[in-house]
Amino acid sequence: MDSASVVDVGRPAIRRRTLSRSLRGGLKGGEYTWAVAFVVPYIAVFLAFVAYPVVYGLWMGSEASLYRELFADPIYQSTVVNTVLYLALGVNVKMFLALLLSGFFMRPGRWMKVLLLIFVLPWAVPQISTFISIHWMLNGEWGFLNNVLYTLFHVEGPSWLNDRWSALGAVIVSHIWKWTPFWTLILLAGRMAIPLEIRDTAQVDGATGLRGFVYITFPLLANLYLICTLLSTIFLLGDFNAVTFVSGGGPANSTHVLATLGIRNAFEIAHPRLGVAAVMSALPLVIPLVIVLMRKLRTAEVQL
Amino acid sequence: MSTITADARLSSRALTRAHSPVRRRRYLRNAGTLVLSGVIVVWTLAPIYNMVLISLEPEGDVFTDHIWPRVPSVESFWGVLTQGHWYLEHFWHQFANSLYIGAMVTFFALLFGSLTSFAIGRMRIRYGWLVSNAALLTYVIPASFLAIPFYRIMQNYGLANNPWSVIAALVAFATPYAIFVFQEYARSIPIEVDESARIDGASPVQIYLRIYLPLMAPALVAVGTYALLLAWNEYLYQFLLLSSKSSMTVPVALAQFLSSDQSPWNYMMATAIIYALPPVAIYYAFRRRMTAGLTMGGVKG
Repeated sequence: MDSASVVDVGRPAIRRRTLSRSLRGGLKGGEYTWAVAFVVPYIAVFLAFVAYPVVYGLWMGSEASLYRELFADPIYQSTVVNTVLYLALGVNVKMFLALLLSGFFMRPGRWMKVLLLIFVLPWAVPQISTFISIHWMLNGEWGFLNNVLYTLFHVEGPSWLNDRWSALGAVIVSHIWKWTPFWTLILLAGRMAIPLEIRDTAQVDGATGLRGFVYITFPLLANLYLICTLLSTIFLLGDFNAVTFVSGGGPANSTHVLATLGIRNAFEIAHPRLGVAAVMSALPLVIPLVIVLMRKLRTAEVQL
Repeated sequence: MSTITADARLSSRALTRAHSPVRRRRYLRNAGTLVLSGVIVVWTLAPIYNMVLISLEPEGDVFTDHIWPRVPSVESFWGVLTQGHWYLEHFWHQFANSLYIGAMVTFFALLFGSLTSFAIGRMRIRYGWLVSNAALLTYVIPASFLAIPFYRIMQNYGLANNPWSVIAALVAFATPYAIFVFQEYARSIPIEVDESARIDGASPVQIYLRIYLPLMAPALVAVGTYALLLAWNEYLYQFLLLSSKSSMTVPVALAQFLSSDQSPWNYMMATAIIYALPPVAIYYAFRRRMTAGLTMGGVKG
């Protein structure tokens, strides 16, 4: 600052250079151009195929009258109940099972490894294949499940997909079947990442079994468990395939969730705006979830 | 002497008494493990067994009540492979469509993801955090929620029944994960490697091609597998955007079977199995890399 008067003449040039350099983040001219060229493709994809559809969707669903029509629709009302049940049971039962099973798979031995290979099969097989198979399995007359019930116990099973609650239950169980392996693997990796010294020290101090889990393992896994639960809530909210293929939204449109009702409104009854409105009605849940998740994921990057 | 033997006998009896609850507990534990393993195997394999069972039924024998194939026949698999049913007359074409979309999505997700992560993480471009936040936001928005406006936009562009509309959507949803994992993985590569190359006069393109990509190979494999499987397994966008028989992919064709009441279930299940074989093979081949990728960049289904 003292020498300001001395180099007064050169000052504007220096300032311009520092300004442009600070904009470029310390990169030289040619390098800066390259860096911009490297990010432009993704920014273009983001703007054209994510940002634009988001804005377009918000615009499509911006009329208040749509929501009056939507909320008066009895199918929508049952859809909201289904979505809440699907979220509450699907996410929590699955995550709890994954937490328990990840502990089970920590056991040593070659057989455990083989069992794990079998166990991850539902995740490796495409959704459409397995959900179609489950759909046929639950057929009242010719389905595998009722055939087994009859062969083993001589019980005539019900027509699982012809009743709203058993059909919704089938969807939730299919979701749990399909996704428990994936979250088990994630939590297993989280457990493996706990340093051996911590576990050994805890064992010496008498924290074994349930106490070791309550005082040592779970506190260390809690953050990961919370992130997984939130992420799985978002994924499940957007899940289209389980409902479409297991119950097909039936019987009589009674097992739709918001994601499938949106598509049904838009394409089956050809009212796209009503479809967007159905999806948009989930925003009060989606927005807080997205905000919390974005914060969590940014800080969790280091921990995972 | 006698006192010593008595002592020894006593102590050994005490030992066995102390041991037996331990042994019993271990026995119970093993039995528990065995039962739980059995439950897991049955639970996991039931829908898959059902798929295999029905695909092995000869035609017309699907509507029966037995729980194992009485006369196993590979007739339906043969029917799929030779496109022998009118539902399946474009099977190989549709298979190729799926493969093409998968390959393109993998290529572009890897390309855009690696370029972006290089510019943000290694060249430290200004406002890079804004781009990573945009990616993170995309990652947590359910793709199915954007399907209706996306469909409208593609109709307006005249891209209906064009595989590139699906490729665009899937690249947009796969690249954020790629950026995520690449940035995370790149942290393990010291920045000095880039800097010394820069001092030696290497251009950013040379650093990207000669240093960044080779060192990122494990992450590239993990993300590539992820993107390929994402594209192969995706249904909703392909169903909405590809409706003609020639532009259709396998999952859409598979779902078409369901639309009629008298579906040829044995052909359908054979198709479902053949469609599932490539992802299962890829999954087991790259299993280690994939789980590494999952834990590297957070989590994604």
